[in-house]
Amino acid sequence: MKLKRDPSPATPKPSTGAVALLIATRKGGFILKSDSARRSWRVAGPVFFGQVVHHMVIDHRPSAARTLLAATSTGHLGPTLCRSIDLGKTWKEATKPPAFPRVPDGQKGRTVGHTFWLTPGHVSEPGVWYAGTSPQGLFRSEDDGDTWGPVAGFNDHPMYGQWTGGEQDGTPDGPKLHSINVDPRDPKHLYVAMSSGGVFESIDRGANWAPLNAGVLADFRPDKYPEFGQDPHCVRLHPLAPDVLYQQNHCGIYRLERSGGRWVRIGQAMPKKVGDIGFPIVLHPRNPAIVWVFPMDGTTVWPRTSPGGKPAAYISRNAGRSWHRQDAGLPRSQGWFTVKRQAMSVDSHEPVGVYFGTTGGEVWASRNSGAKWACIARHLPEIYAVEVMEFAR
Amino acid sequence: MKVMIPTPLRSYTGDCSVVEAHGTTLAEVLADLERRYPGIRFRMIDEQDAIRRHMRIWVNRDEVRVLNVPLAASDEVIIIQALSGG
Repeated sequence: MKLKRDPSPATPKPSTGAVALLIATRKGGFILKSDSARRSWRVAGPVFFGQVVHHMVIDHRPSAARTLLAATSTGHLGPTLCRSIDLGKTWKEATKPPAFPRVPDGQKGRTVGHTFWLTPGHVSEPGVWYAGTSPQGLFRSEDDGDTWGPVAGFNDHPMYGQWTGGEQDGTPDGPKLHSINVDPRDPKHLYVAMSSGGVFESIDRGANWAPLNAGVLADFRPDKYPEFGQDPHCVRLHPLAPDVLYQQNHCGIYRLERSGGRWVRIGQAMPKKVGDIGFPIVLHPRNPAIVWVFPMDGTTVWPRTSPGGKPAAYISRNAGRSWHRQDAGLPRSQGWFTVKRQAMSVDSHEPVGVYFGTTGGEVWASRNSGAKWACIARHLPEIYAVEVMEFAR
Repeated sequence: MKVMIPTPLRSYTGDCSVVEAHGTTLAEVLADLERRYPGIRFRMIDEQDAIRRHMRIWVNRDEVRVLNVPLAASDEVIIIQALSGG
């Protein structure tokens, strides 16, 4: 696709003051709030107690109201979506949550199992949000998350069936559309990722889409480098270098420079004993060359736990040419962490705070860019997502 | 007519276990419930108008599987959650 863009935005100043973490778990949502030094933390909640909370996200755009959205479901009721306009004190259910269109009687229609991923839209479009669902669907709201409509250009694309594969091609709890990224220079330029399916791009606000997977391995297929069908776990675009994308994939860690046209496997530089499999990938808010991952064991039957029972984050400060282990403060052994794709996040302080939550219900924080970790909450339910909410800038 | 509401849906009905709703079919009763308690229908019925997997709806002593069931004013609609899992 031909890209023509305005210049990248200027580097923002670091944040100061207290930080809150929006913790989405299998049994409800929690909010962890720090003191101004980010040393001590207090847990509030649960909200939506007993419901599966897939993602809780705040709208950080300076142009927008600071709305919080939470994607919820239960094992038994249909999915829904809730909004808060007072930073989580009170919540109201969306009037029209994401749902596929009704099909005529006799045809098999799609139904949203749950909303999995939430992303605020472009800064020039306050009130616009995007949602990714399971099974794979892309939805858009133009009224700050109250009513949602399908992005038909994606959901009804002639290639949808081939791009998304069958239900057997998805993750164990359903195939997902995730990692919705909006180019900060152009509200019409969107990226999404699917597990499975791969990464896809639109330059016309979702009317048309094209695969963007050149160079990405799919070792579970006979054709190892297909046009689509890969399994990206998490894809991030850096707001200051929007022509650079990072991807933690089922088959390694990748970086894409749009001018180069192909993803490059930067995970090859990881230690061989650790490998480059994982779920999350997070980016430094002001330096596009700095990136963190949280490796997991992707060997044999895929335990998806910290390799060797020794949990660690890995940081690269040079866009993936080399990686450094960050395990100070984490268990030295018998630490079988699983950190899901939405469960790692960063704040905008200096030094940057890095946070992750485990499926064992622990939240770990580093207020010095991963140099040292401390457990700031434990005994929570299985953690699905950790998002940062900042109060001052 | 009377509609029995299971505990997972009582956040919509102000904790009421029995509510009133009107209609000559189950679809109309559910539409009336939605008008009175916005959001409640989608938690029970999906976007293709199918009763969700873990929902059970009974009219008097008969379980119903579709929405175009005719109802009389004297009928009782019982909504039940088939709970499972952990």
